[in-house]
Amino acid sequence: MKPYQKLLLLFVFALALNACATKPEEAVQPIGEEAVVQGAAEEGALAGEELGADGRPSVMRVHFAFDSSSVDSDNRETIEAHAAYLTANPSVNIKLEGHADERGTREYNLALGERRAKAVVQMLAVLGIDRSRMTDTSYGEENPLDEAHNEAAWKMNRRVEIVY
Amino acid sequence: MLPSFYVNSILILKNSDMTYFRKILPVFLLTVLAFVNGPAHAIITITITEGGEGGTPIAISPFKWQGKGKVPTEVSDIVTADLRRSGRFSPLAREQMPAEPYRDKDVVFKEWRLVKATALVIGYVTPVKPDLYRVEFRLYDVFRERQLAGYRYTVKADRLRTVGHQISDLVYEKLTGEKGAFSTRIAYVSQERSADKKRLYRLSVADSDGANPQTILSSVEPLMSPAWSPDGKQLAYVSFEKKRSMIYLQDLKQGKRIRVASYKGINSAPAWSPDGSRMAVTLSKDGNPEIYVINISKKSLQRLTFNRAIDTEPAWSPDGRHLVFTSDRAGGPQIYRKPVTGGQAQRLSFEGNYNARPSYSPDGQKITMITRRNGKYNVGVISLADKSMEVLTDTRLDESPTFAPNGQMVLYATERKGRGVLASVSADGRVRHLFTLTEGDIREPAWSPLNP
Repeated sequence: MKPYQKLLLLFVFALALNACATKPEEAVQPIGEEAVVQGAAEEGALAGEELGADGRPSVMRVHFAFDSSSVDSDNRETIEAHAAYLTANPSVNIKLEGHADERGTREYNLALGERRAKAVVQMLAVLGIDRSRMTDTSYGEENPLDEAHNEAAWKMNRRVEIVY
Repeated sequence: MLPSFYVNSILILKNSDMTYFRKILPVFLLTVLAFVNGPAHAIITITITEGGEGGTPIAISPFKWQGKGKVPTEVSDIVTADLRRSGRFSPLAREQMPAEPYRDKDVVFKEWRLVKATALVIGYVTPVKPDLYRVEFRLYDVFRERQLAGYRYTVKADRLRTVGHQISDLVYEKLTGEKGAFSTRIAYVSQERSADKKRLYRLSVADSDGANPQTILSSVEPLMSPAWSPDGKQLAYVSFEKKRSMIYLQDLKQGKRIRVASYKGINSAPAWSPDGSRMAVTLSKDGNPEIYVINISKKSLQRLTFNRAIDTEPAWSPDGRHLVFTSDRAGGPQIYRKPVTGGQAQRLSFEGNYNARPSYSPDGQKITMITRRNGKYNVGVISLADKSMEVLTDTRLDESPTFAPNGQMVLYATERKGRGVLASVSADGRVRHLFTLTEGDIREPAWSPLNP
């Protein structure tokens, strides 16, 4: 087993324990060699559960509540992980791409997507990342991850993509 | 499947010789990049979903074809379909007609009174020379036994449909007192999946009955917000072909286009002033979305809103003096109005906590927009006289409402059985239509001005 895989397992184990402690109603996945944290990408919350080969955080999106551009605590962990990576790699720049779900009007949603992207820029700036290293853009509701017309799809689509 | 012409029709933009529309706003004409009368293989079908019954009975006698072989276009079929689709008329079926007159002297009013037709349309089509046809028609008041209108047109075969729509407009106006909008066109955005699952976006223009769809631009990146110039010769729109929103103006006939806004941040929501000289847009170059007015010929930019909130979706009043727009300065999105010369913004919407994307009726008395009720996004109409709001739809995900240029209908986008479709509702709520595409989703309808 490679060192980073051990680290990964440790993370998974710690997260699973944490889940047990705080949310006893959630099922805990059995942990073995192929252990995967289910639904991590969807929740967009579990920063550091896996490390990319280059050490970059693997969670590349943060999700938002309906009609909201505020960054919740789970998202904060993701953003902090990116801030740590960017601090360690000062030559790397990123793009924050804001998206909205399909409900409501298109041009207003374009503005909402931008507001979300700027909220992430702002948080990264507070964490010490120079604004000149970040650009933001919005696709509004034009680029959904899931094209279904239901709550699950909408939750998936309200997001900011972190693009390196 | 991916038809072979796709390969040619996907827009490829070369930007090396393009300069941004910055402070001095230099305009560079781009040639051959956009489509001129390009193919559009998805066909729009329009069906009446409500209110097809109860219109005024009218008889449209089949126009007599005086040439050999088959007539290129059955003009009277187009007139019949237009008038039926309006919901205001119930055209008589051919088998109910007592006769099929096509000359003035053949009309016997009494027999049309017996079948309860209040008005009668007759006509004929004659070949004049190769690919040139003469169409003549007359409209009669059956009870007063009087001719109400009569015209003759000489056109090429490809204009026979247009003649049909013009006849429909004349009949509609003579009988209802309102202008017809059958000769108008509709611009819309459609989205399909290509064979490799990539999205393909098209901006297209079709006749008001869905015929003659022509793609004027296609792209693998999103296209948004088509807006007609008041002369009906140009469309403004937003394209993401450079991976972010930018505003373009495109000449429909020649396919030439210019980029009018590519500032940092959002460039969106173009709306032409009624005189065609200016364009209201939303730009976030100064930090957050604000409304600006671009003077197209002077190439100047004037900022109209100053607010930390979202200000977007501007639309002009028909007299060109005001802009209505969406702003969430009070928390949620609501409709505001502001003089184009600047000044205080006045809030117009008060019912509900989500009202957005306003646009005026042609008479300037009403505003249609999207309003949220019980988690559903519906088409609403505010009467400016008393600020009362009427909700016209009961679907779930309505968007982009716009009045027909004669004010008789509101056209909007919605979702039906998982697909994007267009729908329309008459101003009185009685007649409803559905516009579906043979494949893919259709959205963001923009109705052309009258007589483009």
